[in-house]
Amino acid sequence: MKFLLTLILFTALTSTGYASETVPLQEARINVADKTSLLRGAKHFVTYCLGCHSAKYMRYLRIAIDTSVDQSIVLKEIAPDGASIYDRLQSAMNKHDAEKWFGTQPPDLSLIARSRGADWLYSYLKSYYIDTSRPFGVNNLVFEDTAMPNPLWQLQGDQQAEHRKTIWGGYTELVSKENGQLSDREFNQFVNDLVNFLVYVGEPMQQERRSLGKYVIFFLVIFLIIAYLLKKEYWQDIYKKKS
Amino acid sequence: MINEGVDISKRQFLTSALTVVGAVGTGYLAIPFLAQMRPSVKALAAGAPVEIDISKIEPGQLIRVAWRGKPVWILNRTPAVLEKLKTLEGDLADPNSNNSLQPEESKNSVRSIKPEIFVAVGLCTHLGCSPTFRPEIAPNDLGDKWQGGFFCPCHGSWFDLAGRVYQGVPAPTNLEIPPYRYVSDNLIIVGDLTGDTKA
Amino acid sequence: MKINRLALCGNWILERFPLAKVWNEHMTHYYAPRNFNFWYFFGSLALLVLVNQFITGILLTMNYKPDAKLAFDSVEYIMREVDWGWLIRYMHSTGASAFFIVIYLHMFRGLMYGSFKQPRELVWIFGMLLFVCLMAEAFMGYLLPWGQMSYWGAQVIISLFSAIPIIGDDLSLWVRGDYVVSDATLNRFFAFHVISVPLILVMLVFLHIVALHEVGSNNPDGIDIKKYKDEQGIPLDGIPFHPYYTVKDIVGVGVFLLFFATVIFYMPEMGGYFLEHANFIPADPLKTPEHIAPVWYFTPFYAILRAIPDKFAGVIGMGGAIVVLFLLPWLDRNPVRSIRYRGGIFKKALVLLVISFIGLGYLGTQPATPELTFFARILTVVYFGFFILMPIYTRWEKTKPLPTRVTEEHSLEEQLHTFEEQLPALLDELSEVKNTGPEIGDPAFRSSFFSRRPTAEGISHVLTRWLKKIITSLD
Repeated sequence: MKFLLTLILFTALTSTGYASETVPLQEARINVADKTSLLRGAKHFVTYCLGCHSAKYMRYLRIAIDTSVDQSIVLKEIAPDGASIYDRLQSAMNKHDAEKWFGTQPPDLSLIARSRGADWLYSYLKSYYIDTSRPFGVNNLVFEDTAMPNPLWQLQGDQQAEHRKTIWGGYTELVSKENGQLSDREFNQFVNDLVNFLVYVGEPMQQERRSLGKYVIFFLVIFLIIAYLLKKEYWQDIYKKKS
Repeated sequence: MINEGVDISKRQFLTSALTVVGAVGTGYLAIPFLAQMRPSVKALAAGAPVEIDISKIEPGQLIRVAWRGKPVWILNRTPAVLEKLKTLEGDLADPNSNNSLQPEESKNSVRSIKPEIFVAVGLCTHLGCSPTFRPEIAPNDLGDKWQGGFFCPCHGSWFDLAGRVYQGVPAPTNLEIPPYRYVSDNLIIVGDLTGDTKA
Repeated sequence: MKINRLALCGNWILERFPLAKVWNEHMTHYYAPRNFNFWYFFGSLALLVLVNQFITGILLTMNYKPDAKLAFDSVEYIMREVDWGWLIRYMHSTGASAFFIVIYLHMFRGLMYGSFKQPRELVWIFGMLLFVCLMAEAFMGYLLPWGQMSYWGAQVIISLFSAIPIIGDDLSLWVRGDYVVSDATLNRFFAFHVISVPLILVMLVFLHIVALHEVGSNNPDGIDIKKYKDEQGIPLDGIPFHPYYTVKDIVGVGVFLLFFATVIFYMPEMGGYFLEHANFIPADPLKTPEHIAPVWYFTPFYAILRAIPDKFAGVIGMGGAIVVLFLLPWLDRNPVRSIRYRGGIFKKALVLLVISFIGLGYLGTQPATPELTFFARILTVVYFGFFILMPIYTRWEKTKPLPTRVTEEHSLEEQLHTFEEQLPALLDELSEVKNTGPEIGDPAFRSSFFSRRPTAEGISHVLTRWLKKIITSLD
């Protein structure tokens, strides 16, 4: 019995999640139904990420359809010059250069939200700090020794890591050293929009999926009610036989 | 089975109600299953409009481009050919293209916007083979009556150089003319009439 | 006139094809015990999921490309650009997990009510072969999306073959067709997953049902209904499968589909258990993910593999965990089938088996820390203990006398009715009236229900009573 209890305790304590987490993650507010947020995120993505990262399973057409925005506006406002509406979100960087500059190829971001999770991405993008021992002069609290330089440093400004000691043990806190172009609130909104867009890109039809689910379940409930009534009607024979 | 006191009509009603609901459900489920075989966005992207520079086409020369995976012919017709076309109308099945597929501005005797430049989908309207381009007159294999045109090797349909079908051959209608327009004198876009989607 | 012609047409077929005969034999004149409970839904549900996997699988092959360079892209192409491709893919991926849920419950039913015992040994053997085939099918299917988990999972499992002495290395090389999991492996797994194994599955399902219908279905009482027959030779406790169990199974299908649709539309990843997070990263032969775990339905066996500190012994343990299931009809020496009339020792052993199976399943999803490995070892011993000690403890069992006729199952209404009758007394016990709050004017709120507060004493009373009931039911 004791053994059982310990087992149950163990089960309760550990839980499966995304990749192993050491730093507590900040929560991103995800709402893929918020079309303006998605459009802002798409714009941020093309401006700040597409230089190195592709989202090759995504077409500009899909963004236009899912955000109910005219194709010409998506091409003018979001897509880089000269892109066609059928084009995928391809990065201009070639693989050889990438290997040379970063030592690794920047991954495609189409599915990053599904493999890492929204909160991880949100926290990651906010957790850069100055570390002169790293090739790009920055390190990341969420992803130790990341190969990616901070693409948003001009917006966020510089952060420094400070170690604090408490009775619970030490932890690291990031403190702003120099303000960026955006205020804290604006920057949070910026990263949130970007992550929201990445979550959408991970599964573009998720909104459609959820809205369709209601009807399917409603239909199945009706089916179940009729099936149950039919079963009850037939099984009268059996229950009658008994008495 | 015990059938005393059984409400047969209720059973029948419930059975048919369940059958109907089940059939409707199966029907709705069949929609996605069948719809997944429709052309996807990828096919649509491959069907995007094609631009063709026509300045390089010599008189009498035919070039082929792919649009939606289909062959599209662009033929630069000489004045002699255009003259010839006028004399053929008596032998044709549909000389005025009343039963054939073409955009409104190509519905004329030469079946094109500009008389010299002929644009057509290079697939026989019979069973979809691509006819061969035979501009020569009365070659040995096709006989004396051949006035230059397109010959379908699969089932022997005859078309003239305006894609019009001859009488007494298997093909029912003239060759299809795709939607196309002139961007400039030397550039045409096939497959797009609505407006410029290129940025 | 027209109906007459249609009838003639039907007759024309029936005179030449034994459709009516097969229908009668297996539906209207197949007499199943009248006391099936909800555990008996899972057979027909397994068939439903099989059909679902077949249809969605065929549709997926229309757009999937079994090529290491194209596979991952083609799956995303299905998810994003094929009309309704996402629905079909989620139906297939959720169906795979649903298949195992249904099959595990189906097998547990067999264990509980002794459906594997004489004369149904062959039904059990065919069922076990089906289970093994299903695992092979699921394993090979999981490689096809060509994500990181697909790749490294296959790499690990195929490497198991190399533990076999002498021929091991050559064998695993032969299975892969390359020195690592590669395009060749993907291509052959595709062929197996799409053609060979499904064919075997269908044949085994056929054999499973034919064998079952020859000996007749078992029931929750585990007694033979063929002993008592009426003048026409129909078992007194038997009812025709059609219409009674067809209409009942349709209700089961409805409930199942509700769960199935909820997962597909609202939680297709099921928190990383049905579709693993790391599998959204394309396979990279140079980089193993930090933590690899097989899909949940393999984790009990995977945990056994990891628990045993020797490579070859681990493989034997993992294989043995499945092989012992085949031997079950001969390990159990007690002639009583149903758990209802078996001794406490078997009931307790079965509870321990369930705990060890679920526990191992959970541990298989976790990283192997020393503490967890220790637990996994204990649970492995418990799992094998159930089977290996079975010939001994089933002999000591004190069984209860068997009834001559099946006990009645209560209909859902009756059960609800009894519950309704017991509810007020239960509420009385759990709570007491306290009129401490301010008096509320509305008479509806003055009813005693709203002024009741739960009492600690009452709750502990009820809990100890239930616990005692559970413990005595295990004797």
